[in-house]
Amino acid sequence: MQNVRNPNLTSSKGTRFMGFLLLVGVPTLVLFAFFLTPEDDNMEDAVRLLYIHVPMAIFAYVAVITTGIGSIFYLWKKSRWWDTVAHASAEIGLIFCGLVLVTGSIWGRPTWNTWWEWGDVRLVTTLVLFLMLLGYLALRQVPANPDLRAKRASVVGIIVAINIPIVNRSVEWWENSTLHQQSSLTDGKLEDLTLFTLFLGLILAGVCYLWLMTHRFRVGWLQTEIENEGAIGVLQERIAEGTASSTETIIKEDGEGEVR
Amino acid sequence: MLRDAWLIAQKDLRIEIRSRIITNQIAPYTLLILVLFGFALDADIETLRDTGPGLFWVSILLVAILAIQRAVDIENSDSAQDRLLLSPVSSFSIYIGKTLGLFLQLLLLEVLMMIAMIALFDSSVDDFLLVSATGVIATIAIASTGTLYGVLATGLGVRETLLPILLLPVLAPVVIGATRAFGDAFGRVNADGWAWVGLLSVVAVLYTLLGMLAYGQLLEEA
Amino acid sequence: MSHLGYLLAGWITAVGVLAVYAWRIIQKGKELSSKVPEHRQRWMSPSQDT
Repeated sequence: MQNVRNPNLTSSKGTRFMGFLLLVGVPTLVLFAFFLTPEDDNMEDAVRLLYIHVPMAIFAYVAVITTGIGSIFYLWKKSRWWDTVAHASAEIGLIFCGLVLVTGSIWGRPTWNTWWEWGDVRLVTTLVLFLMLLGYLALRQVPANPDLRAKRASVVGIIVAINIPIVNRSVEWWENSTLHQQSSLTDGKLEDLTLFTLFLGLILAGVCYLWLMTHRFRVGWLQTEIENEGAIGVLQERIAEGTASSTETIIKEDGEGEVR
Repeated sequence: MLRDAWLIAQKDLRIEIRSRIITNQIAPYTLLILVLFGFALDADIETLRDTGPGLFWVSILLVAILAIQRAVDIENSDSAQDRLLLSPVSSFSIYIGKTLGLFLQLLLLEVLMMIAMIALFDSSVDDFLLVSATGVIATIAIASTGTLYGVLATGLGVRETLLPILLLPVLAPVVIGATRAFGDAFGRVNADGWAWVGLLSVVAVLYTLLGMLAYGQLLEEA
Repeated sequence: MSHLGYLLAGWITAVGVLAVYAWRIIQKGKELSSKVPEHRQRWMSPSQDT
């Protein structure tokens, strides 16, 4: 077993398997999305963007909820594991969120004839979420005592997750209209192949999320490991200094004692 | 508990009254923001009236950030916070007190701003009760979140820049809600202002509860 | 295919950004894991949690 693992990489058997799945899966998804599925009656070919947009949107929200859960567990158990999970998930959530906004905009241009639609609930909610994640990660990047930072980040992480439904609700009331596809998944009119492709996209986004999570988690773990090492190193130095000086004084005292 | 909270609030307010920062610096700043909006929007009275509710709350948020930083500064100078923690006052009371102090300051600024807006933008208020309710409840939400985030962003050396990016997105629902409700009260938008007040109340209660839970944890280590 | 430009732009951005991000994480992991002794990389020996 050991020889399979390279000590100088954050990969393991599991991540390699997921990586392999992605390498095979993404071209398959492209094949289905671009060539095998039919075009939509209303959206024409723009529908082909949804096979990547919708799965990423779902996992952006999964990522944020994971951050929220990780934050709660950190405050409860004070375990570094959960803190690292929360941090990793927020970063991946930010990337997914950003890509959802970009692909959504690109899709909106030919479909709604606009890059941005303020009246759309999910669009605006995702934008606010993106901004909240930026804030969370900004806080995480501030150099500070790791425990202190983790605690504060957890409070922010919980508030970010709790805020999603609130923002969603308020935006929904705000314009009281949504251009968005009324949940195209449950439409019923969808062709089997379209549904299958969407499903494939969902699974791939999930694998991608897990794969990124595992690697990002390990990187985060290593970072704290190094930070701690630095702290322990300083501590050991201090202890060494302390014992050195105290033994000196003891020797001095002893010496003086002998003289007396 | 509430009496302790009131003591803390009184302490903060007394400091603010004596330092005159609110009256001499922050209040003129709010006026300045309104004037700048007037310039930016070409002094077109109709546009200003239409956008008034939104401008009002955006300005209040900008001003609130300054007020929050003031409130945190009070505790940080001369390590006042350590002494506060040594006193037999629970963190709940400290939180409520600080929130109350901030709330009253913001409310005062809002009244001033409202007067200025009616004068400068020629806005007319149709429904005073709705305006008051919205003002009070939205300000509770801003003050409770602000007090919590003020402590969150402190002691890291980057507070001035970190606080806005953490706080403003979280307050997005408050801005949306309060703007809509004001729009209704000013007779500018056809919306159900009281429904928005309902949403704002939920947000205010939720944020206050969260703040009470988290504040103690954050104070201990700060 | 209609809207081909939009389609390509969307897909290439999404897949590209994810690929670049993944690449950067792996590079970072490579750099950091060489600095941390093997026994403290928990996934190397899941049973011996440090």
